[in-house]
Amino acid sequence: MHQPPAEHVHWLFATGFLLLGVCLLARAIVGDEVWSRRAWRAYLWPSLLFSLGVLMWPVMVFFTNSTIHMVAHGAWAQTMMLAGAAELGLVRGKLHARAWRLCLPLALAVSGIALLVHEQNGWYFARAAFLHHALGWTALIGAVFPLLMVFRPRARAWGAGLALTLVVASVLLYSDRDVAPVFGHLSPLAGEPHR
Amino acid sequence: MSTQLISEQALARSRTARARLVAVLGPMTMLGGVAWGFLQPYRLTVLHPHGQGLWWLLVEPPLLVIAVGVVFALLIAPGLIEDLEDDASAAR
Repeated sequence: MHQPPAEHVHWLFATGFLLLGVCLLARAIVGDEVWSRRAWRAYLWPSLLFSLGVLMWPVMVFFTNSTIHMVAHGAWAQTMMLAGAAELGLVRGKLHARAWRLCLPLALAVSGIALLVHEQNGWYFARAAFLHHALGWTALIGAVFPLLMVFRPRARAWGAGLALTLVVASVLLYSDRDVAPVFGHLSPLAGEPHR
Repeated sequence: MSTQLISEQALARSRTARARLVAVLGPMTMLGGVAWGFLQPYRLTVLHPHGQGLWWLLVEPPLLVIAVGVVFALLIAPGLIEDLEDDASAAR
């Protein structure tokens, strides 16, 4: 079986983030008390986040072609696993300190910085460059919501903000193509667009 | 009418509204995927499968969005709505 093109991997991750976003939106609507009434549901979104982190490792190994690219993917893998594991520990009752909830905003902030730092080209170089910048700022701004949730865990607006951040991230990931123009712009250095 | 009864009715209404919101999340996601399929049919390789590779046939973004909606609507939403309703009847 051939290796999937990089854009397909982005679309698969977009699907994971969309499912995560929809689950977190439902959790924000019903409240944590009702959401966590069934044990499997309480574990669902942290497990999904942890799994996305685990799945990022093969992406790092097989799909990166430069050191900075590899380091960025490694940072996403580590922070997603850390945030997922911390939330799992909190749900299970193994972790008690509220400070563990900081892992989620940390994951988003580190991911946003990694996205912005590892993109060497400007916004309109190609669609992938535009999406890296847009995703980086989305993750950085979105990190505010889980940070506020650390101090006001029951505030549904912050929960909904986090969920919508993930939905926006999934839309941006679904828009990714290997080489494609963005708003009519495509640098000749980016290569030939296909499909 | 006592203020307690009024606040209980308001709470029950809020729970019903939340249950409706949860119930439409899945179908809205599916609708998003269907609308995307109509807007960008070239992203659905299943409509023109000849000469397409395995990954192009397996990973079709509008269908993946629909799948997320189906998974949420069938596996997550029913139990969540049930729990919201249990919560409402326990409060009555």
